[in-house]
Amino acid sequence: MEPLMAYVVGGLYAAAIYMMLRRSIVKLVIGLILLSNAANLLIFTAAGLVRGTPPLIAEGAQVPPPGVADPLPQALVLTAIVIAFGVLAFAVVLIHRAYEIVKADDLDQMKSTDT
Amino acid sequence: MTSMPSLILSTAARVLLPLLVLFSIFLLLRGHDLPGGGFIGGLVGASGYTLYLFAFDSSAARAALRMDPRTMVGLGLVIATLSGVIGTFVRGEPFFTSQWWEVYVPIFGEMKLSSPLIFDLGVYMVVLGSVMTIVLTLAEAEE
Amino acid sequence: MLLAVLSGFLLAAAVPWLYKLLQGRINWALALLPAGLTVYFASFMPEIAAGDQVLVSYNWIPSLDIQLSFLLDGLSLMFALLISGIGTFILLYAGSYLHGDRDLPKFYIFILAFMASMLGLVLSNNLISLFVFWELTSITSYMLIGYHHEQLKSRKSALQGLLVTVGGGMALMAGLILMGSVAGTYEISEILNNGDVIRDSGLYTGILILILIGTFSKSAQVPLHFWLPNAMAAPTPVSAYLHSATMVKAGVYLLARLNPSLGETELWHTILPLFGALTMFTGMFLAYRSTEIKKILAYTTLMALGTLTMLIGIGTELAIGAAMTFLLAHALYKASLFLVAGSLDHSTGTKDITKMGGLARIMPITTYAAILAALSMAGIAPLFGFIAKEMLFEAVLESNYLTSFLLVLTVATAMLGVAIGGVIALRPFFGARKETPSKPHEAPFAMWIGPATLATLGLLCGLLPFLPERGILSAAVTSVYGEYESFYLTLWHGFNLPLMLSIASIAVGVLLFFGWDAIRARLLWLDKVFAYGPERGYEKALDGMNWTAQWQTRVLQNGYLRYYLLTILATLIGLVGYTLFTGYEPRLLFDFVGVQFIEAVIAILIVLAAVVAATTHSRLGAVVSVGVVGFGVALVYVLFSAPDLGITQVLVETLTVLLLVLVLFRLPEFLDLSSTAARMRDAVVAVAVGSLFTLLLLTATELQLHDPISQFFVENSEPEGHGRNIVNVILVDFRALDTLGEIFVLALAAIGVYAMIKFRAEEYKK
Repeated sequence: MEPLMAYVVGGLYAAAIYMMLRRSIVKLVIGLILLSNAANLLIFTAAGLVRGTPPLIAEGAQVPPPGVADPLPQALVLTAIVIAFGVLAFAVVLIHRAYEIVKADDLDQMKSTDT
Repeated sequence: MTSMPSLILSTAARVLLPLLVLFSIFLLLRGHDLPGGGFIGGLVGASGYTLYLFAFDSSAARAALRMDPRTMVGLGLVIATLSGVIGTFVRGEPFFTSQWWEVYVPIFGEMKLSSPLIFDLGVYMVVLGSVMTIVLTLAEAEE
Repeated sequence: MLLAVLSGFLLAAAVPWLYKLLQGRINWALALLPAGLTVYFASFMPEIAAGDQVLVSYNWIPSLDIQLSFLLDGLSLMFALLISGIGTFILLYAGSYLHGDRDLPKFYIFILAFMASMLGLVLSNNLISLFVFWELTSITSYMLIGYHHEQLKSRKSALQGLLVTVGGGMALMAGLILMGSVAGTYEISEILNNGDVIRDSGLYTGILILILIGTFSKSAQVPLHFWLPNAMAAPTPVSAYLHSATMVKAGVYLLARLNPSLGETELWHTILPLFGALTMFTGMFLAYRSTEIKKILAYTTLMALGTLTMLIGIGTELAIGAAMTFLLAHALYKASLFLVAGSLDHSTGTKDITKMGGLARIMPITTYAAILAALSMAGIAPLFGFIAKEMLFEAVLESNYLTSFLLVLTVATAMLGVAIGGVIALRPFFGARKETPSKPHEAPFAMWIGPATLATLGLLCGLLPFLPERGILSAAVTSVYGEYESFYLTLWHGFNLPLMLSIASIAVGVLLFFGWDAIRARLLWLDKVFAYGPERGYEKALDGMNWTAQWQTRVLQNGYLRYYLLTILATLIGLVGYTLFTGYEPRLLFDFVGVQFIEAVIAILIVLAAVVAATTHSRLGAVVSVGVVGFGVALVYVLFSAPDLGITQVLVETLTVLLLVLVLFRLPEFLDLSSTAARMRDAVVAVAVGSLFTLLLLTATELQLHDPISQFFVENSEPEGHGRNIVNVILVDFRALDTLGEIFVLALAAIGVYAMIKFRAEEYKK
């Protein structure tokens, strides 16, 4: 399964980068969302994919069954998802405020610090 | 929101909000043993209040929250940080050494109370508070 | 002990609530804390005086040998008493002095935090925690100096203080770490017994110079002295506190503290007295030239810091004794003089000492405090300052290095000191009444109790010198010098050379006092020379830094986001690609064996949705496609054993769509702004990055460079963490510190959103 996911990750990265290179600020936001998904999936896949054995320990047991999914990348990605949301909200509002002031959807018109 | 809220949505939201909040607390408490925890619980709670916000308006959602979400963020951070120093003060152990107590609670019997649980409560409050700060601020800007 | 140190921080955090509760009377409540701490520390006095030490240790970062340990011996006890004792009066005073000020709660927060940092600094028994508190004092004092932040001068002075002390702090950190690694421990109490190891090591010179840069910057030694007078921009109670017992004394404290391990070398005995004596004389000379009362006092602080550095550098038994005595005397008179200066300013509306006169009848208590404190500063018997000065002369006479040089500067300083003491004690209070901007009145109780008490203490210590000696000074000398043979304080030393020098300096000082106005006028031409002083160097350096920053910003940050991105991406492709192709064997696999149907469908769906999102012309289409990508990724998490991730992703995805609905649709439609050529270029870059990550992932999954650390988490989750959801145990227990950082980021993002929408620059100005 990892090879297939590798292509999915590559595709997501390509789409994200392409959108982030556009001049339209709205497209930049879309690119950001795609980028965070791509990065999360990259970390998740890199640790190896396992079906149907979540990192949970059965009641009364000391250790999970062998071959359990790696919990560490899951913990990393979990916080990353939530933080990505916070950062996205920040970026969206920043862009919105910039738009209110500059009244332009073109990043090229936002390159001066004077308004 | 500005448009007339639908009756079905508002009724559903009224019923769903307490359920979702309860569910979020349930998720928070069981998180140490089963899927759930502060992040997920906080997000579930936030979606409940957001639903309420869409069914009614931001002031109603603010009232339903009872606490200013910004205060909740601050309180959550304080709780999370303090949970790390319990061990430092009580036993002179390093920051964030986990502490466990067996507590007897009527009806539920023996319960595990621990500093990681308190920490998770802090996480829950920060997540809920942050998301609600963002959503409420944006919704109020809209109005 | 830990609580005693941290209580200041805790109380600082509670100030906003207390302020709402108590309003203007809050200073009385807050002053209870330092008062209580004074009593607490005073209760250790008998024990410490008997030669004991109190050592308390908490594990902080045991893996790095960093303990949160506190050492209470003579030296640290004296400082702790001064900090909390004077702090009590400062808090009382400030409530009255800054009465009705808009930012008063902020002031209390900063000053309490500052007090706590200072206590932590002098009580720390670990080099690392000492350094942490050291930097905390720099930061809190920055806040305090810049208290009137709406004034450009305040901000500039605060920044100057911060840059100089923190810049020195960098050197200090390097020095402390070097010292710790040479000594093999970061515990100060152990290092003090290992002095020979450090002195014999080849790194000694480096350690000494680095630490001296740190302490000299903090204690404002020439040529880093210029920030101190500028720090007068702070409200007067702050100046009183910074100058008497705290901040600037931190450097002196550290020198005294490390004397047993760094001192007693030729380098120490020359560098310290040299810089100390120069600072001492420069300070007093500059004081003599000034007319603004706070400036005069600030320059005399320079004098005191120089004197202390010099005495510690001389390092004989007598010199250390003199240093400790002088330190105590100075703290008492300087705090009360600054508070008096504040009262004068408050009452007359001017800071210029030549514009005041005849205030004795109107402000009797303030006059009393001012005269006692100023005479102590001038070193007139029977005040405590006299004893300190006699010992100073004696110590300088006995010094082994640079003796005549030190003696000339010391005596000259003493002469000027007499004159300055006379100016402060007499000019504002006697002579003809002068018209002042506001009608003078006696200071309220909260403002005279501090200076009067401290000045009276100065008199008492002078009359009954055995009290401070038995109580604290002899213990302090022991901690700095070690076992001493004879150390005692007395007013009467007999007819000896020091007494002669005293009498001579008083005689010349009186002449200088009467000639103050005339001589000062003659010295005005020096202004032009001083314009080329070290402060100019500081400003040039700052300008240079700004210029460099502007230059490199112009080059690197041209304002086009996509060029930044292209730079970053080109670097990424170059570095990662290079490593990948030279160090490993990248493989392109098409091995889809074992892929289940549903998984293939999801994978294709994600990629298709991403492509649609990137190419569609409708915002709604893009948002929906992004949603599809998100839910597809959530399904991947669920399918591959990550239920927590799946749930989180679904919830966040929902909220993201909501967010986009709330904001994005108030932004304009998608526009196609780029030319076809630009689009082709971007597509090439995007595909290159995507392919690189595919290759990276294909290579990485087959590679295991280190043993995975997750095994530890899997094995210990239930036995150690008492939790069966390993992901959650990692989040809230094993790696809780990471999570703490992450929720702080989340909170910051929320505050950022709130601030951007609710606060507009135009509205703040009002």
